[in-house]
Amino acid sequence: MTAPAHEDLSAGRVVLETLGVTKCYHLGEVEVHALRGVDLSIRDGEMLAIMGPSGSGKSTLMHIVGLLDRPSTGTVMVEGEEVSDMAANELAAVRNRRIGFVFQSFNLLARTSALANVELPLVYAGISGAERSRRARAALERVGLGDRLGHLPNQLSGGQQQRVAIARALVTEPSIVLADEPTGNLDSVSGVEVMTILQELNAHGITVVLVTHDDTVSRHATRAVHIRDGRIVRDEPVRDRIMAADRRAAVVAAAQGEDAAE
Amino acid sequence: MNLVESLRIALRALGANKVRSALTMLGVIIGVAAVILLVAIGTGVQDEITGSIEGLGSNLVFVFAGNFEEGGGGGPGGGGLSTRQFSVDDADLLQRRLGPEHIVVPVVQGPVTLRVGNRTLRSVTAAANENAGEVFSAEYLGGRGYRRSEVAAAARVVAIGATVRDRLFPNQDPVGQTISINGQRFTVIGHVAAQGGSLTGDQDNQVYMPVTVAQRLLGTTDIGLIAIKASSADEVDAVQRQVRQLLRPRFGEEFSVFTQEQTLGIFQQILGTLTFMLAGIAGISLLVGGIGIMNIMLVSVSERTREIGIRKAVGARTYDIMSQFVIEAVLLSVLGGMVGIALGSAGAAVLQQWVPTQVTLWAVMLAFGFSAAVGIFFGVYPAYKASRLDPIEALRYE
Repeated sequence: MTAPAHEDLSAGRVVLETLGVTKCYHLGEVEVHALRGVDLSIRDGEMLAIMGPSGSGKSTLMHIVGLLDRPSTGTVMVEGEEVSDMAANELAAVRNRRIGFVFQSFNLLARTSALANVELPLVYAGISGAERSRRARAALERVGLGDRLGHLPNQLSGGQQQRVAIARALVTEPSIVLADEPTGNLDSVSGVEVMTILQELNAHGITVVLVTHDDTVSRHATRAVHIRDGRIVRDEPVRDRIMAADRRAAVVAAAQGEDAAE
Repeated sequence: MNLVESLRIALRALGANKVRSALTMLGVIIGVAAVILLVAIGTGVQDEITGSIEGLGSNLVFVFAGNFEEGGGGGPGGGGLSTRQFSVDDADLLQRRLGPEHIVVPVVQGPVTLRVGNRTLRSVTAAANENAGEVFSAEYLGGRGYRRSEVAAAARVVAIGATVRDRLFPNQDPVGQTISINGQRFTVIGHVAAQGGSLTGDQDNQVYMPVTVAQRLLGTTDIGLIAIKASSADEVDAVQRQVRQLLRPRFGEEFSVFTQEQTLGIFQQILGTLTFMLAGIAGISLLVGGIGIMNIMLVSVSERTREIGIRKAVGARTYDIMSQFVIEAVLLSVLGGMVGIALGSAGAAVLQQWVPTQVTLWAVMLAFGFSAAVGIFFGVYPAYKASRLDPIEALRYE
């Protein structure tokens, strides 16, 4: 697989855009400025990494981009639609249609089958019956879990759970798949598998936003935005992009070597 | 999200915590079963007493010494011991003045001890004149009632109820046998068909004798009650008025005249109030069950904070979360209600052996409706709390 040229991506349609976004928290008497004016455009088909150390405002930006939170000032546009002044229920509906979440800790519903977990966003989209089941099945097959439909989260490995989460993020065909430290809770082999899937999805035209503090993870993206103290300090294409599929064999071998050493 | 979906989610959540769900339901089950059972007893007793009063015969007027009538007198009326009692003369007066088309029966009641051989039985005598059989519809299985001549002669003859027969003359014909009543020898002349028990005592544990004998036996000249059977239903009111006029010169206001219908009304009023009181007491336990539901739902909401966060992240609206938890609470209370209705009805059927019970539709509807209302009422607050959770906070919750 070859990395698509970033010049092509910059020409893509803007799917999500923040304009002068600030976020201010009040912790008792203290005012915390988590974001101090962020302009960010996410284009169709790109794989964007939002980078930054903890406390940089990275998580806050992710919440705003994921429509889980609203900015103090500034605007957020999704597919040209302003969402920053929407009520909670309207945001929930846009989130349902436009955003797919992949969390560090998977966040699958316990005691609920993989299929039912993937169906969840479709339940709230009002899609029922055979159609829902068919689409959830297709999404699980897409992440290579077509044979694990009835498994409960505690019967799956971490990597498999994260793939269920990816299937859940995909199933509504969202504008953006937002992955927050998707490999943070995984061993190196599972991590590579998850990154492989995210890159494959991206290669098929799905917009992926990675939120991470890990430089290696961010180099799987096509573009990296660095945040510090609530501002974007660097926004550049990834030069020597890592293709997870190419690393897989080396990572597996290294892991086996470690096992042998123990 | 539609209702079927919400129901499925709620059922799955309840199924995931089976023991807890069952224990929570137990509160409602006990409450509903108590409502059904107590109302069934109240209704059953009410029906039985109504039946036994109606079963006395028809077109009856009862005259009691003492003023029991509502709002009557104004003085210390209430059926006191000091009130002058009726005598046989008063009954004779009424019979003479009302005319032969209406039948007047003086009634004396008192406790007696019966003995046959070495068997004894504490019982009650209901003594009247020869017309008693006509006024209080009594069905003789064997023998006969006492006659006018026997009343006049104060003959020691007695007719016995079904319980007396079974206890003192098991497997034999009592007619013609001798029975000792309060130490005096009586001849059994008849026995009466069983009438069933009631709250006022076992109607079958009675012996019937001429009023004249009973007065001697009990050492009194008093008559507790004068019963009058009017010639027809249309005459009942006229008889009641006439009795009032006839007794006023002798007793002033210190007597009461009730028609059968009024007597029935009084009993029904008392028992109706009693039934509502029982239902109210049972309702309190249902309320406690409801608080149990609220308690568990609050625990459930905080336990499932993360789940709520996930649901919100993938697009659940406030309404979706709210309805999920309300439906869960309602399901707990309605399922509990249904089990409670089944248990209460079964309990009522078992109790039937000792107490008259009757499970009525309105009690079932009331209990069911109340339990559903309890579920909604006590489910709304936890559900509201759940629906207002901030998704970011909820996702971070450990």
